[in-house]
Amino acid sequence: MLLIQDTSNHQMLKLPIYLDNNATTRMDERVLEAMLPYFTEYFGNAASRNHPYGWKAEEAVDYAREQIAQLIGCSEKEIIFTSGATESNNLAIKGVAEMYASKGNHIITLTTEHKAVLDACKHLEKQGIEVTYLSVKEDGMVDIEAFRNAFTPKTILVSIMFGNNEIGVVQPIEELSKITHEKGALFHTDATQAVGKIPVNVDTHGIDLLSFTGHKMYGPKGIGALYVRRKNPRVKVTAQMDGGGHERGMRSGTLNVPGIVGFGKACEICRLEMASESVRLAALRDKLEAELSTMEESYINGNKEHRLPHVSNMSFKYVEGEGLIMGVKDIAVSSGSACTSASLEPSYVLKSLGLSDDLAHSSLRFGLSRYTTEEEVDFAIQCVRKAVNQLRDMSPLWEMFKDGVDLDAVEWAHH
Amino acid sequence: MAYSDKVIDHYSNPRNVGTLDKSKKEVGTGLVGAPECGDVMRLQIEVDPETQVIKDARFKTFGCGSAIASSSLATEWLKGKTVEEAMTIDNMDIVEELALPPVKIHCSVLAEDAIRSAINDYRVKNGLDPIPDTHKPH
Repeated sequence: MLLIQDTSNHQMLKLPIYLDNNATTRMDERVLEAMLPYFTEYFGNAASRNHPYGWKAEEAVDYAREQIAQLIGCSEKEIIFTSGATESNNLAIKGVAEMYASKGNHIITLTTEHKAVLDACKHLEKQGIEVTYLSVKEDGMVDIEAFRNAFTPKTILVSIMFGNNEIGVVQPIEELSKITHEKGALFHTDATQAVGKIPVNVDTHGIDLLSFTGHKMYGPKGIGALYVRRKNPRVKVTAQMDGGGHERGMRSGTLNVPGIVGFGKACEICRLEMASESVRLAALRDKLEAELSTMEESYINGNKEHRLPHVSNMSFKYVEGEGLIMGVKDIAVSSGSACTSASLEPSYVLKSLGLSDDLAHSSLRFGLSRYTTEEEVDFAIQCVRKAVNQLRDMSPLWEMFKDGVDLDAVEWAHH
Repeated sequence: MAYSDKVIDHYSNPRNVGTLDKSKKEVGTGLVGAPECGDVMRLQIEVDPETQVIKDARFKTFGCGSAIASSSLATEWLKGKTVEEAMTIDNMDIVEELALPPVKIHCSVLAEDAIRSAINDYRVKNGLDPIPDTHKPH
């Protein structure tokens, strides 16, 4: 990490500039400050009934529950603490499948869900549960009619994420949950990327179960929650973590008190600052996209209207994603390119949009944050422009394209 | 992933990027890989017909840093070698020189394929049979 002077307006920029906030966020100082006393001073176990150390810890947890509940419009009794959104997703999906086994055995979800949802569903399929993985349209939105037609008399659960982690697309949750309830099933949403960035309300949006986590909203890693509805209807999940019956018997294990305190504070800050922050972030994101779109053969992936304010996913044709990431080493972003994942398969989310392999390979995901400045966005624009142009000068595909060759008609010498 | 210094060097200062005139008899062009795989290399050689020495070599690559470095290195090694000598370039030489990790070995294999493809194109253009790929299974 180093400091450089941005010559255009003499701002000091710390490199690389972090623009991968969908992966994780930097913790807010106010969150850290709130957490610190709970490590060495108020370090009690929140389940210790018999002494002030326990009572103090329990008090802090209850307060955090309130802060968190206020952000999503629920009761503090409806918050179950977990180790993160992955665990919350597992608890919701497996927990509902087990609890409601007598009611049915069919789940509906989307091909663009996070692996925590998809892999939990795959696990259940091995146990005889049936899962429908609905495709999305080219812009990443659900096809409402296809969704409606996917229900069977045995459908017990729908799991559709509120805001997508790769392309930022926000689904019409209200409409989807309404249909789900008409069909007698429960509606779960992985709202990890959306909570704290846009208004999420469990009643307005008709949500029965909701997963989210601290480290995507300027809080600590290792702490998340599952909202489980208690009224209209009363929902229950079979615990996936046994041992002591904590969290109303739905998730055993000593509570991560400092983490919870931090999570609570993070939620409170988001609730108070979300409105102005989302406007600022959307403007920065729009500037980034507008400038980068002036380059030939650049594409914005995902619906441009219904999406999170801080996310942008763009493809730059005829350059490869990992090569591009190397070229933009002064900004920290992620790519939908195969080379950057462990397998050689390109991003399944981008493929679900119907993107060709080469466009999926040449994509960059930008995630802006509370701490992103306009100077940083300007720097990022220059950085990306330079790298794309440099790589295109080296690219045989770009040369062929400029020469008017129809690349789809070429017979490639495969391995 | 951490790249070796040599890969970073080839990426930032690539050698011999460019295009030779493929209509010339002395020029052999190899185009390997496929956009869907995320790797396409075009390697060209210009051969001195009397000495069979590769006078010039150029590349253009669509691919990751390791792919770019592999093909850039290939052009460096090709220049000054005879066509026969060039056939002995082995992908593991590239792996060693660039310190490629296991997950990037396929980039060096593609570079080796590109070299052979360019040489065979030159041979066919000059009335010779292409050399069959008996080297190793892919």
